Amino acid sequence: MLNKTENLLQGHLLKHIEENGSLLNKGWQNSSLREEAFSTFKKIGLPTSKNEKWRGTNLSKLYSKEIVFEKSAGEYNKNLDEIFVCEVQGFDTQTVSMLNGWFYSSENEKLVIHENGLIVGSIFAAQQQFPELFDKHFNTVAKTDTHGLIAANAALFTDGLFIYVPDGVIVEKAIQLIKMINRDDNLMVNSRNLIVLGKNSQLSFLHCDDSINQSPSFINTVTEVVISENAHFCLHKLQNVNDASSLINSTFIKQEKNSTSKVNVITYNGGLIRNELYVDLVGEGADADLNGVYLMDKKQHIDNQVYVKHAVPNCTSSELFKGVLDEEASGVFNGYIFVERDAQNTVAFQQNNNILLSSNAKIDTQPFLEIYADDVKCSHGATVGQLDTEALFYMKQRGIGHDDALLLLMFAFTAEVTSKIGIESLRQSIEDMIKKRLRGELSICDKCVLHCSIPDHPIEFDIDLSKI
Amino acid sequence: MDNSKEKNKALDEFTTGEYKYGFVTDIEADEAPMGLNEDIVRFISGKKNEPEWMLEYRLKAFRHWLTLSEPKWAHVNYPEINFQDIIYYSAPKKKKELESLDEVDPELLDTFNKLGISLDEQKMLAGVAVDAVIDSVSVKTTFQDTLAKHGIIFCSFSEAVQDHPELVKKYMGSVVPYTDNYYSALNAAVFSDGSFCYIPNGVRCPIELSTYFRINAANTGQFERTLLVADENSYVSYLEGCTAPQRDENQLHAAVVEIIAMKGAEVKYSTVQNWYPGDKEGRGGIFNFVTKRGICEGDNSKISWTQVETGSAVTWKYPSCILKGNNSIGEFYSVAVTNNYQQADTGTKMIHLGKNTKSTIISKGISAGKSNNSYRGLVQISKKADNARNFSQCDSLLLGDKCGAHTFPYIKTNNSTAIVEHEATTSKISEDQLFYCQQRGIDMEKAIGLIVNGYAKEVLNKLPMEFAVEAQKLLAITLEGSVG
Repeated sequence: MLNKTENLLQGHLLKHIEENGSLLNKGWQNSSLREEAFSTFKKIGLPTSKNEKWRGTNLSKLYSKEIVFEKSAGEYNKNLDEIFVCEVQGFDTQTVSMLNGWFYSSENEKLVIHENGLIVGSIFAAQQQFPELFDKHFNTVAKTDTHGLIAANAALFTDGLFIYVPDGVIVEKAIQLIKMINRDDNLMVNSRNLIVLGKNSQLSFLHCDDSINQSPSFINTVTEVVISENAHFCLHKLQNVNDASSLINSTFIKQEKNSTSKVNVITYNGGLIRNELYVDLVGEGADADLNGVYLMDKKQHIDNQVYVKHAVPNCTSSELFKGVLDEEASGVFNGYIFVERDAQNTVAFQQNNNILLSSNAKIDTQPFLEIYADDVKCSHGATVGQLDTEALFYMKQRGIGHDDALLLLMFAFTAEVTSKIGIESLRQSIEDMIKKRLRGELSICDKCVLHCSIPDHPIEFDIDLSKI
Repeated sequence: MDNSKEKNKALDEFTTGEYKYGFVTDIEADEAPMGLNEDIVRFISGKKNEPEWMLEYRLKAFRHWLTLSEPKWAHVNYPEINFQDIIYYSAPKKKKELESLDEVDPELLDTFNKLGISLDEQKMLAGVAVDAVIDSVSVKTTFQDTLAKHGIIFCSFSEAVQDHPELVKKYMGSVVPYTDNYYSALNAAVFSDGSFCYIPNGVRCPIELSTYFRINAANTGQFERTLLVADENSYVSYLEGCTAPQRDENQLHAAVVEIIAMKGAEVKYSTVQNWYPGDKEGRGGIFNFVTKRGICEGDNSKISWTQVETGSAVTWKYPSCILKGNNSIGEFYSVAVTNNYQQADTGTKMIHLGKNTKSTIISKGISAGKSNNSYRGLVQISKKADNARNFSQCDSLLLGDKCGAHTFPYIKTNNSTAIVEHEATTSKISEDQLFYCQQRGIDMEKAIGLIVNGYAKEVLNKLPMEFAVEAQKLLAITLEGSVG
């Protein structure tokens, strides 16, 4: 049952779908998807904190705000390209952009088909040009009835990114999706991405959520990833939105035989962020390596939900999530390893470590295991604590100031995750951003939220490490 | 492979043992009519000659219970319980006050003998005072005199209501209020009897206290209520053990245990639970929905729970500690074994409220057959609980490929000075260890028994001597079948 404040958003959504359903469906080949999703949404409604999986995350603030929708794509304006540019400085990627939930490019770049068969572009354009490919994969991994926000996304999504990597193609340059919001009112964005990797293919993908100003926004994204046999997929999620914004990010990954996935979720900033990661290991020999770092302060809230399902034997998975929470920040981690009957020889590992820096910060961590096979090695661990006082003392003894020593320790704490980032320039850039964030410099800049480092000016701690 | 065949056979034998303690004692029971309504609550209260305030408490709880619905969050499946299909009161026919064992119903004595725990033997050998509860009414209380010398009150709950109303009034419902959950409300409304214990200021209880629960007549819910109060700087070790006869219909057991530890007091509460788990096909068996909670009210107090859970078809049990006093300590040691179609969702809650509080959780789950065994535990560090420390370790062992082992820890930390650690592993019985044993001439059956007992040792060691023996036997019987 929803109470009155929660009804506000629910009402908005229902009204929007009813009024604009036909507009949203314009140009879409398969309209029944939205209708089904809509009826699911009507049935299950928005999740509330009474729901076990949402208990740690207070959504009432989110639900009580007025929201607006961007009903059509804005005009492409070449000048706006500049704001996307600086993001690319640090690392060499091919970028695609979305503005206010709509694919943002010139008309002839809506869907680019490369020589090797790689297709990158708008999901809307993809379902028109490649209906077969689209229908084969779309909505096959995500489960609409998981919760109301996913159902709402399926009913409401405007556009999104579509990537298809054909069999045997190795994409050398990482693809980077930059999502921007530049509205002043509380815009709700429902976008949907579909990524398909053919057999023996390889792709690195960067998913960046940024805000451009201090205005509130509500981003609700669903991403589906299909990884075929022997394919390797790498996903880096960089999240840096302002304190007034909320971000609900649901990623569904399906992995076939001998495929690998590597996911790094780096959360720098955001008012309310919830990352849901669902990984289905359906082919033998599949491996999932899921990592996350979150650095929260003020009244920010981070919620990481990681579900790994071992459906077949001989799969491996690893989860490592680490976080630093300061001031009045709150965090939730819910890891879930599910090993089905007969999924023998499963090796699954799960770890969540947290550091609380202030007495008002709090963390709820729930590392769950549900195991129905006997020949498995599963372990999990969770810790909550402070920085090692002995290490602190050691450094202070050698003339390193208290604050610097703290920074260094926190940086080392997060480095266990960031060191797993394969792209060197990206890792460097992320580590720089973390350093900045830890020094408190990374409150949202006045004009630009893309706190990319300039390669000529690497960020260093003012510490003479030779003393250690 | 021969070896694996032999191993499977051994595992099968280990895991398909029938319940050895299944029998029914024919004692005429004094029963309430079936069903539950305010009249039944009044009937039970009337049967016990309870004062008005007690009846009022029961009725309040009953009315609250009507507003609640059954909790569904546990990782267990069972057919819906029809609460109108249960007899809420059943007592062995009241005889005149008993002076010695000779006067006890011989059939009853026989029951105890079959269980291997004869009253007189225990009385003499073990030095344990037994407050035996058969189907809800205390039949026999021993060592009353010794305890009286120290000012210790150890009696049935109904006697306590008559003789020590001020203590009962003060403490009953203070740790587990009737509003706590569905089954605690039900218990508060219809509890039949139970034990009451009060250890006065500065007294170290010279013997281990023990109640012996037993569900007897068919279709009888057993609603025990235990209240244990340890006053300042006192110490008590309390033992609770259970078995129940074989029955085809599910029987409901919804007990409440409350412990209050004052400043400097220490309470050790040990349980061996071996109720009827149902047969190999999963028919019958006890539903064990228990609320156990202790509060470390004063500074430097300590509550330690140790449990060996081998019985019941469905277990739903979370012995908890509220660490309110500064420097107080909570401990939870558990071995839970499930076999055939048994389901267990058990664990603990450690709620840190005071400063410098410490808690330790060691849980060992063993699942065999087609059973499901879940650990569910909460560690909560409140804002004011500076320097709180928790260590949790939950291991699961799987015997067979049709069973399930699950771990659901909840860690809520609201204080930056807290150190909370949780670790868990799930694995099957080690091939290396089995090979090592066999290589040295220990056959497969014994090797599995040895490894399982070694695996649970950490917890079994925490049990009082008398109990450790029984617990080891139970582990053996539950898992080892014919070997036991």
